Amino acid sequence: MSNVPSDLKYTKTHEWLRTLPDGTVEVGITDHAQHALGDLVFVEVPEAGRTLAAGEPFAVVESVKAASDVYSPIAGEVIAGNPALAAEPEAINSDAYGKGWLMRLRPAAAAAPQLLAPKDYEKLVVEEGS
Amino acid sequence: MSTRLEKPIFEYSVPGRGAEDQWPRDPGPAATDDLPATLRRSTRPLLPEVSELEAVRHFTRLSQLNFSIDTHFYPLGSCTMKYNPKACNSFAMLPEFLARHPLSPESVGQGFLACLYELQEMLKAVTGMQAVALSPMAGAQGEFAGVAMIRAYHRARGDLERNEIIVPEAAHGTNPATATMCGCVVREVPVNAEGDVDLEALKTVVGPKTAGIMLTNPSTLGVFERRIEEVARTVHAAGGLLYYDGANLNAILGKVRPGDMGFDVIHVNLHKTFSTPHGGGGPGAGPVGVSARLAPFLPVPIVGRRGEQYCWLTERDLPQSIGRLSGFMGNAGVLLRAYVYMRLLGREGMARVSEYATLNANYLLAQLTRAGFDAAYPSRRASHELIITLKRQAKELGVTAMDFAKRLLDHGMHAPTTYFPLLVPECLLIEPTETESKAALDAFVAAMAEILAEAAQEPERLTSAPHTMPVRRLDDVRAAKQLDLTWKPTVAHAIPTTA
Ligand SMILES: Cc1ncc(COP(=O)(O)O)c(C=O)c1O
Repeated sequence: MSNVPSDLKYTKTHEWLRTLPDGTVEVGITDHAQHALGDLVFVEVPEAGRTLAAGEPFAVVESVKAASDVYSPIAGEVIAGNPALAAEPEAINSDAYGKGWLMRLRPAAAAAPQLLAPKDYEKLVVEEGS
Repeated sequence: MSTRLEKPIFEYSVPGRGAEDQWPRDPGPAATDDLPATLRRSTRPLLPEVSELEAVRHFTRLSQLNFSIDTHFYPLGSCTMKYNPKACNSFAMLPEFLARHPLSPESVGQGFLACLYELQEMLKAVTGMQAVALSPMAGAQGEFAGVAMIRAYHRARGDLERNEIIVPEAAHGTNPATATMCGCVVREVPVNAEGDVDLEALKTVVGPKTAGIMLTNPSTLGVFERRIEEVARTVHAAGGLLYYDGANLNAILGKVRPGDMGFDVIHVNLHKTFSTPHGGGGPGAGPVGVSARLAPFLPVPIVGRRGEQYCWLTERDLPQSIGRLSGFMGNAGVLLRAYVYMRLLGREGMARVSEYATLNANYLLAQLTRAGFDAAYPSRRASHELIITLKRQAKELGVTAMDFAKRLLDHGMHAPTTYFPLLVPECLLIEPTETESKAALDAFVAAMAEILAEAAQEPERLTSAPHTMPVRRLDDVRAAKQLDLTWKPTVAHAIPTTA
């Protein structure tokens, strides 16, 4: 069974979003997604200052099976990409919700995101037959 | 096939050994006098020192470690690894072709030019397009030429806003990459549960910024896009053009023509359908065909005809051309092989290629389903290739598509394409091609059934496969991360390095 922490929000495309105390957010890919991709060998994270629309690809994760785009769950401005992933992409495999975060984002003022609650994401993962 | 690993040739090296009669004649000390001293090396190059026989044995043994179409069943989906008749190669290797200099005058290369001219004409007839250029040197370069022409067309009309290329989510990775290389923005459209492009989604994506759509038909999902005419109408009505990725031409050869489906531009992978294997990793050719409105933008050179004489058409003849994509006329050897192959097949032979390619794929689909495998699109007929998904086996037995692929090697068969298209979990994309017999197909089904039974009883036989190959399960992660394959001498094979 996939690990779906109850304090995060999710997307249908398997990203997670954590709201930090200062109102900024942290984004990564879910445990289910890292499992489906397999061992990651390369990760490209966005540069600070980039503005993203909701649903816009902001990162690339490449495993031994495939390269995939990662989509921004909400609109906003990138504060930072995770610099540690260039040398250690496997952090996403071992700690998808912690050390494997992909970017920190300052949400756009008008952002009213359509995100999934943990139990809805869990349902989605089960439907996909993880 | 040999199962013993071959050492690097350096490890056979013995100082002073060699094959003197193969050496270049000693040019004398003055030969490098006109090279600046800073560019001359002061140490001897590190070269293996072996006898002629040792060199022959080493490379022959290496060649015996290969899987090849000439030795093994090779159902590598999306690569059309069919038998390539030896005649195609022998004719392409005629000494007059090999010795021809690309800068020689047209008057002494009329035979070569005639072959290329006729190849252009045959490709026009096969694809239903109005004009063809042969110079792109791979499928991906043909795509580049195609999208560059689409952009040039819109620009020439002053339609400067059109910079979006629509790509279905199932597309081959080269399609979005091409669009990006040409400075376009990629808009993805989803595919429905039966493998067709989602028309409603397409209608919301097209508009005044649409430059065109890139479609593969049959798609990479191994099924024919059934509503292709409606897709064409939708994109044309929005002012966009249609790009046909002809990499899967083997499925429709002699049956339907992209020109008749309404496409404006197509590339063809000669190194799949026309007598050069794609998975060979060698040179390729991706000619482009276009409708009349794109003809002025074709890459040059093209072979033309003035009276009885064949000639090169260049920038002078096509001032709106997108330019040159190769030093000369593209990969001459691949073009010649395709020409000979087409002449050997003839018009009726072309149709037989696609009939048997699709018959073989559908036979495999039926037999594999009967053997307990799940089709990715059970309601659909296969095209020239088919997809099975091992999602259920992965869940119930803990074995993956990769484990099946590796275990097939022990059965003396090349693995199908794995994990492509990405849309289908735990998938194998299987393309038997038209040149395999029923016996070969049955042997493949039997091997798959045996592996499936083994997966239930002894899954670790799969997860640790292959067992009979010169190398066992490789560390994919390390291979992807540590790309340095340089051989470094140890003391045992030390080679003196000073002159
Ligand atoms: C559908 C499709 N399009 C394009 C290509 C690219 O062709 P090439 O490898 O010659 O660049 C391929 C190659 O396999 C393909 O399968």
